[in-house]
Amino acid sequence: MENKKSGKKRLNSKAMQTLFAFTSLVLLLILFAIASPNFLKVDNLIGILLATAVNGILAVGITFIIITAGIDLSIGTVMTFGSVMAGVFITMWKLPIPVGVIAGILAGALCGFINGISIAKLKVPPFIATLGMMMITKGLNLILSGVKPVYFVDTPSFAKIAMLTVLGIPMGVLIFFLVALFASFILSKTILGRYTFAIGSNEEAARLSGINTDAWKIAIYAIGGAFAGIAGIVMASRLQSAQPALGPGYELDAIAAAVIGGTSLSGGEGGILGTVIGAFIITVLTNGLRILSVPQEWQMVVTGLIVIGAVYLDIVRRKVK
Amino acid sequence: MGNFLIEMEGIEKSFPGVHALSNCRFDLVPGEIHALVGENGAGKSTLMKVLSGVYQKDAGTVKVRGREVEIHNTRQAQGLGISIIHQELNLMKHLTAAQNIFIGREEKKGLPFLVDDQSINEKTRALFKMINLDLDPRVKIADLTVAKQQMVEIAKALSFNMDVLIMDEPTSALSDSEIEDLFRVIRDLRSKGKGIVYISHRMDELKQIGDRVTVMRDGRYIATTPMGEITIEQIISQMVGREIYEKVHTHGDTEKNEVVLEVKGLNQGRKIRDVSFRLHKGEILGFAGLLGAGRTETARAIFGADPIDSGEIFIKGKKVTINHPKDAVRHGLGYLSEDRKQFGLALNLSVAANTVMASLTNFITPLGLVDEKKSRRVTQEYVDRLRTKTPSIDQQARNLSGGNQQKVVIGKWLVRDCDILIFDEPTRGIDVGAKSEIYKLLNELADQGKSIIMISSELPEILRMSHRVLVMCEGRVTGILHAEECTQEKIMHLATMRN
Repeated sequence: MENKKSGKKRLNSKAMQTLFAFTSLVLLLILFAIASPNFLKVDNLIGILLATAVNGILAVGITFIIITAGIDLSIGTVMTFGSVMAGVFITMWKLPIPVGVIAGILAGALCGFINGISIAKLKVPPFIATLGMMMITKGLNLILSGVKPVYFVDTPSFAKIAMLTVLGIPMGVLIFFLVALFASFILSKTILGRYTFAIGSNEEAARLSGINTDAWKIAIYAIGGAFAGIAGIVMASRLQSAQPALGPGYELDAIAAAVIGGTSLSGGEGGILGTVIGAFIITVLTNGLRILSVPQEWQMVVTGLIVIGAVYLDIVRRKVK
Repeated sequence: MGNFLIEMEGIEKSFPGVHALSNCRFDLVPGEIHALVGENGAGKSTLMKVLSGVYQKDAGTVKVRGREVEIHNTRQAQGLGISIIHQELNLMKHLTAAQNIFIGREEKKGLPFLVDDQSINEKTRALFKMINLDLDPRVKIADLTVAKQQMVEIAKALSFNMDVLIMDEPTSALSDSEIEDLFRVIRDLRSKGKGIVYISHRMDELKQIGDRVTVMRDGRYIATTPMGEITIEQIISQMVGREIYEKVHTHGDTEKNEVVLEVKGLNQGRKIRDVSFRLHKGEILGFAGLLGAGRTETARAIFGADPIDSGEIFIKGKKVTINHPKDAVRHGLGYLSEDRKQFGLALNLSVAANTVMASLTNFITPLGLVDEKKSRRVTQEYVDRLRTKTPSIDQQARNLSGGNQQKVVIGKWLVRDCDILIFDEPTRGIDVGAKSEIYKLLNELADQGKSIIMISSELPEILRMSHRVLVMCEGRVTGILHAEECTQEKIMHLATMRN
C-alpha cells in the first residue's frame, strides 16, 4: 500500500519537473506576445523553430553524455566539422549530396568516438578530452576550408535539407523533432538508454554488474558526435555554406538547454523532452529580447541569469521534496 | 566433505605498499554457511573479491567444483555461480529496484536492444516474495532506506542462479527483524545445498548462523574450525593473536555533574519531534533506537548540519544559536559521522592532513605557514595511540581499511580537543580488537571530563558504554534509562513504542 503511494509520488515529481520547464516556456511566450506584436508573426515563429533546430539537435546529443556524468565541450566545433566535411565532399570533391551528408554525420561520430576512447580507455577527464577535441576540430575546420566559407554553389538543392517546407514547416525543424523522438526512444526503451543512466548513477556498480562500461561510454560519445554532425548538416544547409569559424559557444547553449530541462550534471538524471523544452526556452528568450530591442550584450546577461535561476529553482524544488 | 564447491589454495595478492594476502586458503562445501572473520585489514574482503572476480590474484589456485579456474571479472564469476554482496552497496540509485537487479541481463522485447521492464518487474516481484520483502519493483533506489537497499542487493544475488553466495557484512545496516528475515533466507538457501560465505564482525550473529568459521589475521590464514567446537572468546583470540583484556566501565554517577549540553523541544519535520535531553560533564549518553528513529537526524541538527524548525540548545547553561557546523565546532562540539567516507574524511589527503584538518589553526607557525613538524608529531602520536594501521602518516586516507579510516576520523576530533563529542556508530564495520580500543578511548575521554553522545545500533555496545541511555522511536524520545536499570528488553520495548 505504502509502496504504491511512493510510486505515484515519484511519477508526479518527474512529471512536475518537465511541467515546470514547460510552464516557464509558455509564460515566456505569453510575455513576449503581449510585449511585442511582432513576436507571434508566422515568420518569427518559424525563425524560432529553425534557430532551435540546430541547438536542439546538439542539446539532445549532449543529454546522453551529461546523463553519464560526462561533458562534451567539443560539440560546437564538431558540428562545424560536420558542415565543413559536407562542403569538402560536395563542393570540393563534387560527390553526390547524400554522400556528403553521410560524410558529415560520420565525421561527427568519429570525433565523438575519439572523445570516447580518450575518456574511457586513456582515462582523460571528459572536460579535458573534449576541450582538446574542441581545439583540434576548430583548427581542422579552418585548415580544411582554407579559412573561408565553403559555399554549396553547384548544389542549390542542398538547401532543401533544412529549408524545404512541409505544411509550412521547414525540414530542419522536422529533422530536429525526428532526432528528438528517436533519442527519447533510445533513452527510455533500449539497452543503451538503460546503461546511460546506470553509468551516470554509479559507474563502478555498473562495471561490477558485468557491463562493459568503457565500450558503452565510447558509443555514447560517438552518438553525441553523430548528433553534432547532423546539426552541422542542418546548419550548412540553412546557411548554404559551411562557415568554418562558427561553432564555439554552441556547446554551452546545448549544455544550458539540457540543464534547464532538468538533466543533472552530476549524472543519472535527465530526459529528452526536458532538453527540447530547455532548447526552446533559450531561443525564445534570445528572440523575444531581440524583438524588444534589448541590445545583444544584455541578451547574454539575461540568458546567463536564467540558466543559473533555473538550476537554482530545481535545487529548491528537490529540497522541498 | 569430499565435494568442495570452492577450494582456494596459496592465494597471494599485493597492492602498492600493502601485501594484502599471503598464502591464503579457503574452502566451501555445499549446504554450509561458512563464517569468515578477522580484524579490519585482515584480508577477508580482499580474499572474497579475488574469488568473485573483482580483484585478480597474483598467485595460487582457485578450484570451483573441483575444476581449476581463472576468474578475470565479475561476469565470469557469476557464470561460475558465484555472487557477492559487497559491504558498500553497489546500487545505482537513479534506477528502479528491478532495473538494478537485472542490470546487464535485461529482458528483451522482440528486438535484441529493446528492454522489457514489465518482465523484469514481474521477476523482481517473485524474488521479493522469496525473501518476504514487500516492495514495489518500480521504486527508485534513492527513495529506499539503507536496509531496504540491502534487501534489494540480496534479491539481486538471489536472482543469479548461484551456488555460492558471499555476503560481506550483510547485517551492518539492518534492524533486528530484518536480520531475522535475512537469516531465514540464508538458512533456506543452505537447505537447498548452496554454499554461503558470511563475513561479519558480530560474533553472536556468527555463532547463531555459521557452520564453520575461518579466521584470518594480517592477510594470513589462521584456522578453520566447526562452529560447535569453538567459543566466541577463542575466535576473538585467534583474530587478534592475543587475549584481549576487556574491562567493563564502572558506571559512576555523572548526573550530579554540571550540565554541559541541554536540548529543549527540538523539532524538524517528521524526523525529530519535540526532542529534549541533558548531557552532563564526563557522561556517555547512549542513543538507542531502530534505524530511522531519528538519532542521526537529532545529532546532525544539534551540530548544525541540517536546519531545525524549532528548539533551543544550551551549552554550559548559555543559550546558543547553531546554524552551521562551524558554530558547533566553535562551541566545542565534534561530530563523527556514521558515513565516514562521505562526511568524515578527505580521502585524497594523507592521514596527517586529515588528522589536523579540524584544528589547523593550532598548527600554524608565527609566519602563518602550516607547522608540518608539529602536525606530523601530533598525527604520529594519535596513530600510535589509536593503533591505526597505516604504512606511514603520508599514506592517502583512501588506501586505509574501513576501521583504520574511522580511527583517523576519531583522531581528528581528539586533536580538536572538543568538550562534547557526538559519535555516530563509532564501531560500525570495525573489528573486535579495535572496538575494545575505541571503547577504552571513549571511557578515557569521559574520565577526562569530556561529554559524549554515542549513537549505536548495537545494544551490547550501548549497555556496556553508557551512563544513561536515551531511546528514540519515530523521531520522539520514548525514554531515558540509567545504566543500572537498563536492559536490552527495556530498550527494545521503548524503541518500538510507536504512538
